[in-house]
Amino acid sequence: MSAFRLRQARIERWTGLGFVTPAMLLFMLTSLIPLAVLLGLSFTNYELGAVDTKSVGTANFAKAVADPVFRRSLGNTLLYVAIVLPGAVGLALLIAILVHGRRRSRGFYEVIYFLPVTSTLIAMATVWQFLLHPRLGPVNAFLRLLGFDEVAFLSEPHLALPTLAVVGIWQLLGFNMVLFLAGLSAISKDLYEAAEVDGCVSGLDRFLTITWPLLMPTTMFVMVTTSITAFKIFDTVAVMTRGGPMGSSEVLLYNVYLEGFQYFHMGYAAALTVIFLVFILMFSAIQSFVLERRTHY
Amino acid sequence: MPCLQRAITRVLIHGVLMAGAAFMLLPFVWMLATSIKPPEEVFSATLRLLPTRFFGAENYSFALTQAPLLRFAINGVIVCLGILVVQLLVAIPCAYALAKLRFPGRNLLFVLVLLALAIPVQVPALPLYIALAEMELLNTYLSLMLPFLFSAFAVFLLRQFFKSYPDDIIQAARLDGMGEMEIVWRIVAPSAWPAIAAFSVFSVVAHWNDLYWPLIVITDGGMATPPLGMMLFADAETGSNYGALMAAATMLTAPLVVIFLFARRWFIAGVTMTGVK
Repeated sequence: MSAFRLRQARIERWTGLGFVTPAMLLFMLTSLIPLAVLLGLSFTNYELGAVDTKSVGTANFAKAVADPVFRRSLGNTLLYVAIVLPGAVGLALLIAILVHGRRRSRGFYEVIYFLPVTSTLIAMATVWQFLLHPRLGPVNAFLRLLGFDEVAFLSEPHLALPTLAVVGIWQLLGFNMVLFLAGLSAISKDLYEAAEVDGCVSGLDRFLTITWPLLMPTTMFVMVTTSITAFKIFDTVAVMTRGGPMGSSEVLLYNVYLEGFQYFHMGYAAALTVIFLVFILMFSAIQSFVLERRTHY
Repeated sequence: MPCLQRAITRVLIHGVLMAGAAFMLLPFVWMLATSIKPPEEVFSATLRLLPTRFFGAENYSFALTQAPLLRFAINGVIVCLGILVVQLLVAIPCAYALAKLRFPGRNLLFVLVLLALAIPVQVPALPLYIALAEMELLNTYLSLMLPFLFSAFAVFLLRQFFKSYPDDIIQAARLDGMGEMEIVWRIVAPSAWPAIAAFSVFSVVAHWNDLYWPLIVITDGGMATPPLGMMLFADAETGSNYGALMAAATMLTAPLVVIFLFARRWFIAGVTMTGVK
């Protein structure tokens, strides 16, 4: 028996190592090594095709801190997150609670609200651009019908970012709704019956005493994933506004894209990417903290 | 009267849900309607939904002849399938080893997987682009697939599933003389097919719709994936032909939406599984 165990341990050791090798090689090749190179690049003035590249210390980071474009894009990104987060989480929670109580129409609503998640965002961003067109779009046609003036949603500096946020909420709502529905299904029906016996009769009472506290872990999770997704906003900016008008919708990733892949300021773009990564890791740290708490719940 | 009250509540609930549904559907409905309108009706900018003159054939054929939409779709299929096949081939044995085999460095590797989960493609994009440019591999299918071949999410998800697979059965298979390779592919992996199906849907949707990476590595329009193709087409046609633009949007969005309508369960399962993370 012990000979078998020893042999088994040896087999496990070697097959184990063999089985993880392709994955780990690919991971090193596509993530770890690039990550190291990225960190290295962020301290240089490297430009694609340049012959003399030298170390510039932390100059790229100092430049970023002083760069009005970068500061504006970071501010805009955080503002975008601040609009999308309550919208996409709050509305998804409301819709999920209403849909959860439906029996026959649940599938119908699920399909409709989930549709934007599966559709190609670039194509739908083009459609939104048309919907919001000052002269040709139905949204403004409707506003005119009501007697209002036309609104140039995407070319008015103070409206461009909030408009992109509405599209962002439209895209994320169904995804979050499905997560909330899964959370709601996990709450036992008995609890509601017990609460009713205890005098929690109204819907609001039941929501505040049972649904809200028990759904808290799901809510936290949805909030963190929504923040990360919103922080990575790129597609709608690239299609609908390209950072305009007057920089009012410049966001972090769009800035990284322009610096790195349009102007080929690789060193500077690497520094911006490092800053981007720090934010993402911060969100992820919150997420693992939240998940840690959820398992103890 | 509780009966009346309940009826009012129901009407209110459906009212809110229908209003929301109208907002969700508005872009789809308007996209479809505009794709069959003639230019003069698009430019008259009335609120009429259906066209008085059917112009769908012209718009769709214009979109199909002006942009290689079929080519974009084929590129999308090749890239998504290529990514998915490699992801599964690499992740399944890795997840099995992390779940069921004892070997040195296992815990460290799992920590690396958790770290990898947090890193979005935009982070390694710059060095990968430089490497691909140096090797003159830009504008290839390989360049489109490269950053996504290892999926930490697949490893993580499948490890969770494999962990709950009974050890007794694996042990029995070993006593029957089955090798580890056979155990993974013939016994353990098939048992996790719901997770594999949900992950597959998740992966395909993500990479069919991705814009950031194709935008970086593809400059040759013939290699464009659907989102990039849509963007190139919109740039070339801006302002002139909204009917054809909406027709193109419809055709590029349709494949995934149709698959979704038929495989709704797996889409929902895929999303729910991100919550397992």
